Amino acid sequence: MYPRQFDYVAPGSLDEAFGALGDTSKVMAGGMSLIPLMKMRLFSPGTVVDIGRIGGLDTIDDHGDHISIGALVRHAETASSGAVPTALATAASLTGDVQVRNRGTTCGALAHADVAADQPAGALACGAVMVAQSASGTREIPASEFFVDALTSALHHDEILTSVKIPKAGDGEGSAYDKLGRRGGRSDYAVAGAAAWVKKSNGSIEAARVALTGVGTKPQLADGVAEALVGTDGSDGAVEAAADRALEGVTVLEDLYGSEEYKSHLAKVYVTRAVKQALANI
Amino acid sequence: MAMTTSALGGSVRRREDPALIQGSGLYTDDYTPHGTSYVAFARSPLAHAKINSIDTSAAQAADGVVAVYTHDDVAHLGDLLAQVVVAKGRPLLANGEVNHVGEAVAMVVAESVAQAKDAADMIDVDYDPLPAVIDLKEALASDNLVHADLESNVIVPWEAGPFGDEEAIAATKQTIADAKARDDTVTVSVEAVNQKLIPVPIEPRSVVAEWNGGYGRFRVHSSSQVPHALMGAIKTTFGLNANDVHVTAPEVGGGFGVKLNVYNDEILCCFAAQQLGRPVKWTETRREAPGSSIQGRGWVGTATVTGTKDGEILGYELDAIADMGAYEQNFTAAIPFLGLFVGSGQYKFPTHWKATCVFTNTMTTDAYRGAGRPEAAYYLERVIDAYAREIEVDPVQVRLKNFFEPFDEAVVSPIGFAIDTGDYGNNLEKLVEVSGYEDLKAERDAARAEGRHVGIGITTYCEVCGFAPTALSELGFSWATYGLPAGFYGTSLVRINPDASVTVITGTGPSGQGHQTTWAQLVSDRLGIPTERIRVIHGDTEESPMGIGTFGSRSLAVDGSATYDAAERVAAKAKNIAAHLLEASADDIELDADGASVAGSPDSSVDWGEIASAAYLPYRLGETEIEGGLESHVIFDAPNATWPFGAHLAMVEVDGETGDVKILKYMTVDDCGNVVNPMIVAGQVHGGVTQGIGQALFEESIYDESGNLLTGSLLDYPIPAAADLPMFETSHTVTPTNINSIGAKGIGEAGTIGSAQTIVNAVVDALESLGVKHIDMPLRPKRVWAAMQEARG
Amino acid sequence: MQVSMTVNGRDVSADVEPRTLLVHFIREELRLTGTHVGCETGYCGACTVHVDGKPIKSCTMLAVQADGATVTTIEGMASNGELHPVQEGFWERHGLQCGFCTPGMIMSAAALLEENENPSEDEIRHGIEGNLCRCTGYHNIVRAVEYAGAKMRGEEPPAPDWEGGD
Repeated sequence: MYPRQFDYVAPGSLDEAFGALGDTSKVMAGGMSLIPLMKMRLFSPGTVVDIGRIGGLDTIDDHGDHISIGALVRHAETASSGAVPTALATAASLTGDVQVRNRGTTCGALAHADVAADQPAGALACGAVMVAQSASGTREIPASEFFVDALTSALHHDEILTSVKIPKAGDGEGSAYDKLGRRGGRSDYAVAGAAAWVKKSNGSIEAARVALTGVGTKPQLADGVAEALVGTDGSDGAVEAAADRALEGVTVLEDLYGSEEYKSHLAKVYVTRAVKQALANI
Repeated sequence: MAMTTSALGGSVRRREDPALIQGSGLYTDDYTPHGTSYVAFARSPLAHAKINSIDTSAAQAADGVVAVYTHDDVAHLGDLLAQVVVAKGRPLLANGEVNHVGEAVAMVVAESVAQAKDAADMIDVDYDPLPAVIDLKEALASDNLVHADLESNVIVPWEAGPFGDEEAIAATKQTIADAKARDDTVTVSVEAVNQKLIPVPIEPRSVVAEWNGGYGRFRVHSSSQVPHALMGAIKTTFGLNANDVHVTAPEVGGGFGVKLNVYNDEILCCFAAQQLGRPVKWTETRREAPGSSIQGRGWVGTATVTGTKDGEILGYELDAIADMGAYEQNFTAAIPFLGLFVGSGQYKFPTHWKATCVFTNTMTTDAYRGAGRPEAAYYLERVIDAYAREIEVDPVQVRLKNFFEPFDEAVVSPIGFAIDTGDYGNNLEKLVEVSGYEDLKAERDAARAEGRHVGIGITTYCEVCGFAPTALSELGFSWATYGLPAGFYGTSLVRINPDASVTVITGTGPSGQGHQTTWAQLVSDRLGIPTERIRVIHGDTEESPMGIGTFGSRSLAVDGSATYDAAERVAAKAKNIAAHLLEASADDIELDADGASVAGSPDSSVDWGEIASAAYLPYRLGETEIEGGLESHVIFDAPNATWPFGAHLAMVEVDGETGDVKILKYMTVDDCGNVVNPMIVAGQVHGGVTQGIGQALFEESIYDESGNLLTGSLLDYPIPAAADLPMFETSHTVTPTNINSIGAKGIGEAGTIGSAQTIVNAVVDALESLGVKHIDMPLRPKRVWAAMQEARG
Repeated sequence: MQVSMTVNGRDVSADVEPRTLLVHFIREELRLTGTHVGCETGYCGACTVHVDGKPIKSCTMLAVQADGATVTTIEGMASNGELHPVQEGFWERHGLQCGFCTPGMIMSAAALLEENENPSEDEIRHGIEGNLCRCTGYHNIVRAVEYAGAKMRGEEPPAPDWEGGD
């Protein structure tokens, strides 16, 4: 309940923030993931760099072909803004609870890279690009390369995830997210969840991205499913057949909520459900 | 406003609530006396290990540290006192070995909580790990012992059929064996786990101890359901008198049995307060609780029914092992015995019932809401359901066929205990009627025709509660071990003050049950004085006569009855005073909100102020023999416990792809005898049912093979949230008890006792077409899916 | 570190360690003990307060993060002796038993009704999903919020649903 001692800095600008980052520092936005770990003394940074007071990071901006979600945009705003593609907006709406959604940030949830979090799957399916800034410049990291391992992202220690860019939904595109939560239904972290984005033209699927969470060692794309979907008519049979490839390249991890066999099964179920819903959302 | 404001049977708004809804209710952690120091414990990371050494030097030197204590410092105080210790009590701090993860090894006192925790982290303990005993069957059979100085891990086997009569038990076993041997009978068994649970009252436990050496007195605030027991344990441990220790349980944020215990931390805070001469506070953290507060349940067992093919049950057997954890505390090994009391439920068939209590290297178990009775009801109602399914007779009909006939004079159950009153058939038939059972079955069948997995579960239970009489002290039910030989009676003092307000002081220690309201209703019913002028005090060892506490759904049946009876005596005296003042016969005096009047002569009256002032200015009583004062203290020793009962129904749908269970409907028809406040009774049922649903669907205290707890925080120990539940439909039958003046039986645990098996029966029903026979709780989707997979082959 | 904020309309400031949680600042520094602590993982919601008008868990926010913020706790809900309609609803519909989760629950329910003046049962249940209650089974909490919603809309609240409760 009481974190170990740490130094706290609340920089007023990104440059100040970069200056404060060091070997034992941790960036904090909403703190929904970080503070509980610190309270349980499972993680004790030397310095907490609170970016919460830096101006200009709290908006969802329209850039024509894509939107960008700033580092301080809360889950609640991602869920309700209307500008965010359905898969990510739904994932944000199913993250935590009301209070968590009022404090936690989408970028924070992505940077935390929890294996059972919702929004990483949404971001993967939506083709998000992470914008990582540091004193030495800006890197753009595709979501597909961002989630490296459990609680490990591609961010370097001196970088801050300042925004995430999401392509805007175009004609013929639809996306969705669905999961089984730990208390059943859609409550709590995902036992297994899937996000899907599909683009249809002339009655057939032209492109697709499908992502899994809760199942493996990290949130990740199920490229085999996407590959199998492309070129089909998106019929239930085609979707179900494609879902059989959900586990290609996935190392399924057992936990208290599911055996390897069960999670493997759920991956296919939720891929199927998410893809069907994405098609319906076009 | 439709709410009744007085009288028995009215849904009076609670007297407790104005403080609680405005944030001014004071819980133990809200007390911080001047100069308070704070405690943190270093706890064992291992389930079983020898302690080679404990290095506290870094902690001693840390910022803000006032003191660090280990077992050597407190060895002279002996083990933690516990009411029922058969084999092994708990040391105050680990004594040379640790026996479960979370066991307190050292205690730090510091100027702030954060500093205490910082220092506790610095305590270095050198352990030699020992093999851990976790699995219950292994604990029963293996030579691997939790306590090397004991002969086995078995503490006590509880057996009945009936209880305490070995010859009769042998005869019962033979009767059942004969029935099994007949070729016109079927025998159905269910082997099931009734898993270990972490109770999770939302208020973590907390204690604040103060010692005044000049007065030679302890002043203790603790989140306790049993403040008098704690007072006794403190005074006995420290060699004091009962009047040297003042314990208050202020607002208590949920108990559910967790706080029906005396804990080492409470004694240790007193010790430190005495040593240091300053207030000492400890507040549990949620992640600490599974190792610092008792857990519940933790049984494995096989239940077997033998009966005819048309539903007449000829014998029921239970053979179970119950997990006691590493040390005995307050009632530990007595909890399965409470299950034994109701081992045969509402039924009259021969029963052979056995539960063997064993030690394991896990946290102590003790009373968790229902305490033995949910486990007993679970096995019985699961196997009856399985039997009904096997013989293809509706589960309602099987139950009706095997119930006791209605009785208003005690009957002796096959377990050997006298049940006060019962009308089981009527109760179950009411559930059938109000639920529209036949329509629900049609609805279920229609859903199944669409390929959906919808099921109905229906169960009944017989509870024992309102624990009494004081003669149960022979079986260990009293506070005698705490130096207070007081048995399980009810107690209350009702006093009309000189200004005609009323103070009621009762021996209970509630944690949300609304005693301030219900007791005021009882007193108002007898005196006529409105509840607004009645204040009820509880949970305080100095204000109250020797009280027993709140647990086992006992408070209304015994302390409530004592209150009712005391109010009746005060009413009688008030009538005598009024009769004197009005120069009338006491038999003609009637009491109401205003005061007293002579029947038929409303002009001949005195108000309550005049009656009260006459009592406190006794010269006004003239030549009468009426003594001054206007109060009565009653100790009510009920002749029996009470035996509520009821029937529950759940309708669920299982997602055939994921195994996810959704509760569509939950209905109860409970019979707790006469109801004083229907609003409060409904609330108790809702909460009780929800805890049973929590066990059925979500909750499980999981230790791995090495004894590491895998479910130590709410992240991994999910309890039901609002979105997981339906609205509940509650109703009642009323079969008053004849053992107390109110006719009330108790309702606090009923919902929990009746619900877990109702959900499991419903889920098994939903998966009937697949051939699923049983799934162990909690019915997390993974388990339900695995059962479906197995059944599908 | 020095922090200043407005709590229940009062300007307060104090010197705190960075590790001081907002809930400890409220309970220990300001002695407003109506806000409770029930867990350390941010699950139970007993510590819910409003920060700049939104319900948040004050055990998962550092006091220094709230520097400059406007905070409302349960003690700030009643005004001029008048209960907030949600407080009234909890009293009238037996929405509490032990009362420990109640302050947080009321803060979440009040925020829900600010955003959605006529929530469905399902919306109420999801709106208070971040607040755990171990006593009530949530049934009467849902009824309490329905009561409060009706009062805030100027409507007659639905009758209670316990036996004899018409």
